[in-house]
Amino acid sequence: MRLGFHIAVRFLKSNVGQTILIIMGIAIGVSVQIFIGSLIQGLQKSLIEKTIGDSAHITILPGEDEEEIEDYDVLYKKILGADERIESISFAADYPAFFELDDESKSVLVRGFDLKKADKIYDFSQRMVEGEFPDDPDEVMVGVGLRDEFHLKKGDMITLLTNSGNVDEFMITGFFDLKVASVNKTWVITTLKVSENLFGLDRTLTSIEIQLQEDHVFEADEVSKKLAGIIGRKFKTEDWKGQNEQLLSGLQGQSISSIMIQVFVLISVVLGIASVLAITVIQKSRQIGILKAMGIRNKSASFIFISEGLLLGIFGAIMGIALGLGLAYSFTKFAVNADGTPVVALYISNEFILLSGLIAVASSVAAALIPAVRSSRLNPIDIIRNN
Amino acid sequence: MGTIMELKNVNKIYGTQIQTQVLYDISLNFEAGSFNSIIGQSGSGKSTLLNIMGTLDRPTTGDVLIKGVNVNEMTDNELADIRNILIGFVFQFHYLLPEFTAIENVLMPYRIRNQKVTKEVRSKAEEYMELVGLSQVRNNPSSKMSGGQQQRTAIARALINNPSLILADEPTGNLDSDSTENIYELMRDINQKLGTTFIIITHDRRIAEKADRIVEIKDGRINLDLTK
Ligand SMILES: Nc1ncnc2c1ncn2[C@@H]1O[C@H](COP(=O)(O)OP(=O)(O)OP(=O)(O)O)[C@@H](O)[C@H]1O
Ligand SMILES: [Mg+2]
Repeated sequence: MRLGFHIAVRFLKSNVGQTILIIMGIAIGVSVQIFIGSLIQGLQKSLIEKTIGDSAHITILPGEDEEEIEDYDVLYKKILGADERIESISFAADYPAFFELDDESKSVLVRGFDLKKADKIYDFSQRMVEGEFPDDPDEVMVGVGLRDEFHLKKGDMITLLTNSGNVDEFMITGFFDLKVASVNKTWVITTLKVSENLFGLDRTLTSIEIQLQEDHVFEADEVSKKLAGIIGRKFKTEDWKGQNEQLLSGLQGQSISSIMIQVFVLISVVLGIASVLAITVIQKSRQIGILKAMGIRNKSASFIFISEGLLLGIFGAIMGIALGLGLAYSFTKFAVNADGTPVVALYISNEFILLSGLIAVASSVAAALIPAVRSSRLNPIDIIRNN
Repeated sequence: MGTIMELKNVNKIYGTQIQTQVLYDISLNFEAGSFNSIIGQSGSGKSTLLNIMGTLDRPTTGDVLIKGVNVNEMTDNELADIRNILIGFVFQFHYLLPEFTAIENVLMPYRIRNQKVTKEVRSKAEEYMELVGLSQVRNNPSSKMSGGQQQRTAIARALINNPSLILADEPTGNLDSDSTENIYELMRDINQKLGTTFIIITHDRRIAEKADRIVEIKDGRINLDLTK
């Protein structure tokens, strides 16, 4: 083993140009893999984040024949113990209303939240651009879209008119930006109490929103099904996956094409290494013949080439990772939007990089198997006799 | 002392389409500890015979027995071990590994079977380099040495594992008469001290005559077998 490795090192050193060329070949393959992988993963992550980052993963709504969710304390307890993957639960009482200021009016959606709980889903505290959460019974906050449309300022008084004719005045405590134009224009957010009062309700909800733990976001459909079974037919559940099927199939297509690219890069790298190593067996057949005449066993002779594959793979992978990260770094530095943020935020995952490196090493060793088998078949007499 | 190498009715035919018979029904015995020479004209089949004895080549028909064991019954690994431990080769065209220095080449047969080069083995290698007159150039790359130096390195390499049998194909072919004399003295010395068997192909009449036994090959047959 040790000798085989040592001989491999000498063989590689004796042909520095060729060695560097193969290492470069592997490195370029690995770097393309890492770059494309990080790019696609980053793209997907940001798309998914935009889709579900600040909306509910699972929503519980009143069932077919129900208008509202009543007696939600019992329901809450059921949901709470239903699944470990549930991170937070938030109540919502949402009703349409007319927003009026001076002579203008606009239809909006009044959303009553338990703001502390809703914050876990919508991340309001990070999304506030001005002011603070509504707290008193006559306070609301609105989106930046509505603010711009009506030229609102913090502390302004506005009127909300419900379908049933209730009218009430509210003070604006702040503005949020949820990064979705329609939401920013139509949501008027207040506390559960205010919403209940305004619409003349008592402890009823229109929906319960559920956030899952980060690692289990993609199991939303599964958790949703399980919940439906637990809470019964008086309610129905919806999950983000069911509502974004098109996006998901698009992402899947993207993933598959990314994997295809990576597989083809890998195949070309393997073919490259295999062909160069096949040539080295011929180049070094004299040496192998001598070693065999001196009594090296076939296995040890093969191990020389396996070692060459291993060494080339390791150096190629290290260089490739460095190159790929460099490429990714310069991409985020040079491909930027007007405000300096990168066009696509790459997702650099240590596991992915490690995996790419390991695959490169493993495939280099695999590519070395062909020359290794060839070398074990080599008959020393052919070398000794023919000088 | 017993027979170390025995050939029984060995025939060698090269080629399948156009067949050339190179060896005809050769039967020979070599005593352990003996010092033998093989002579014969160019193309008579000497190297072919030596390669068959060294298990590198196989006879077309006939048997080769090393220490009484038929080579035909050995596995590839057993053959490799025999070549490494029992036999020391000096080839007609002195084959060294160009990627290694002279002394690394000398140590190579040892390293094939052993993980680590011990101090003793290293000093033995250096001693042999000294004996073949190469201690000055022992750390030179083997590819940068003269033909004669390479040949002497190959001799030191054949000795490193203390083999029972040394097969040498014109080991002094490239050397001047003084060096030839020295190498011969060295081999004779080892033969006497360690009881190593030598079978040496040579063109050099003087060396041949100093051997215990001379075998002459002519057109693939034993023409003369003379034991002193
Ligand atoms: N692979 C081969 N195929 C066909 N003929 C061969 C082959 N190898 C050797 N020969 C022939 O066998 C004969 C003996 O060759 P060998 O090398 O044994 O001669 P030799 O006695 O060692 O000669 P020299 O003194 O020149 O080294 C030669 O006629 C040679 O041409
Ligand atoms: Mg010859």
